[in-house]
Amino acid sequence: MFPKDSYDVVVVGGGPSGSTSARYAARNGADVLLVEKRQEIGSPVRCGEGVSMEIFKHVDIKPDSSWFVNQVTGARIFGPSGKFILIDAKKAGDEVGAVIERDNFDKYLAAEAARDGAEIATKTSVVSLLRDGGEVCGVRIRRMGEERDIAAKLVIGADGFESQVARWAGFNTNLKTRDTTSNLQYRMTNLDLDPRFTDFYIGSVAPGGYVWIFPKSRDVANVGIGLLLSKIKGPSEAKDYLDGFIASDPRLKNASIMETVSGGVSVSAPLDKVTADRIMLVGDAARMIDPLTGGGISNGVIAGKVCGEVAVEAVRAKDFSVEFLQRYEKGWRELLEEKLYRDYMAKEKLVSLDDEALDKLIEVMSAVPLENLSTKEILGAIRKKYPELVKEFEDLI
Amino acid sequence: MIELNDDKCMHCGACVGACPANAIYLNEVILDFNDDCTDCGLCVKACPVGALTLIRTRGLKVPAATA
Repeated sequence: MFPKDSYDVVVVGGGPSGSTSARYAARNGADVLLVEKRQEIGSPVRCGEGVSMEIFKHVDIKPDSSWFVNQVTGARIFGPSGKFILIDAKKAGDEVGAVIERDNFDKYLAAEAARDGAEIATKTSVVSLLRDGGEVCGVRIRRMGEERDIAAKLVIGADGFESQVARWAGFNTNLKTRDTTSNLQYRMTNLDLDPRFTDFYIGSVAPGGYVWIFPKSRDVANVGIGLLLSKIKGPSEAKDYLDGFIASDPRLKNASIMETVSGGVSVSAPLDKVTADRIMLVGDAARMIDPLTGGGISNGVIAGKVCGEVAVEAVRAKDFSVEFLQRYEKGWRELLEEKLYRDYMAKEKLVSLDDEALDKLIEVMSAVPLENLSTKEILGAIRKKYPELVKEFEDLI
Repeated sequence: MIELNDDKCMHCGACVGACPANAIYLNEVILDFNDDCTDCGLCVKACPVGALTLIRTRGLKVPAATA
């Protein structure tokens, strides 16, 4: 079961983006190795486990009971005063989504990749990129105490927020503090929630970010927080703010914590360039996370499909140059870039508002019927009804 | 110098991604710092649970009074 010495494509990272890239490359005929450093695909979970329904439109995945546990009917966004906007799934369409079991979801996607012909190596770390006269020609892996070189025509970096492949390949993935968040989440039980809604709390309850409650059932939910690094003053603030929120919410205060999850999430604009000769980046590694919501699964999977398809085209054409790989740049940017930039601008504006301004915004929005939810529509609606409030937001509309 | 409290560390990689010097290595439950660390302290802020502390080892030297 040890990997071969040479592949067309090596994908580094067995999350949704990596597995989807591997799957679409393998199913169309490339010889693919998917490398995951952890001993178990998908575990431990590092995710809020909320996902938009958008992925099902783009990628050949069907909701499976092993991971598709709660499709919500709406999202409620609470302002500091307690007023909220209800974003109805019927009206907002695919923006409101489902709560999933991420460990099973990752395993499901990896299994799809395997069924389509990709080889998977778990508990296998990539420790460096191999180069031949400056050009990437494979990866060095470490597995069970043994190091080996694996040749690859193309390397796909799907190694997440802390991507090493991106850094080794020379991409500038450094994040500003205002584009990075620190996140903590408890999977809680013994709750009494309305599982039809995902809840979001904005304002000083979570500086520069939000608190989320994503229910898996009436009794079980992910309760988490993300804080913008530029708003954090000292150590352990994510934990302190989250514990404070839980203590103040009667639905949560008798709950028990079954699992603690933490991690970093980028809320930046995407990288200007995610390809180089023989290299493509995808998912969190390419900073494809939605900067408004912090959600990365859908975008990673959607871009992963394009990435895998272009990998095969490159193998067929025997052309792995950055020029050829522009097909991937063009493909994923057509699908995602406009929304990423729009949401980045919206995030920049939202984090600059104090509690009073946020409450006004929530009040206005809750009075506006949102037939078609999008940043653009919301802002347009506000401008129509409350022009004085939206002056600040003019540049977004 | 960054000090790690292993009792608190979740091994989540938030510090790794935030580090501008790529000075932190994470593999499963191993978190290590290398010599590229510049003591910038971003990892301390990024850590959601307060497992990292910045220990200042290079203070300003105040010259002794000459009078």
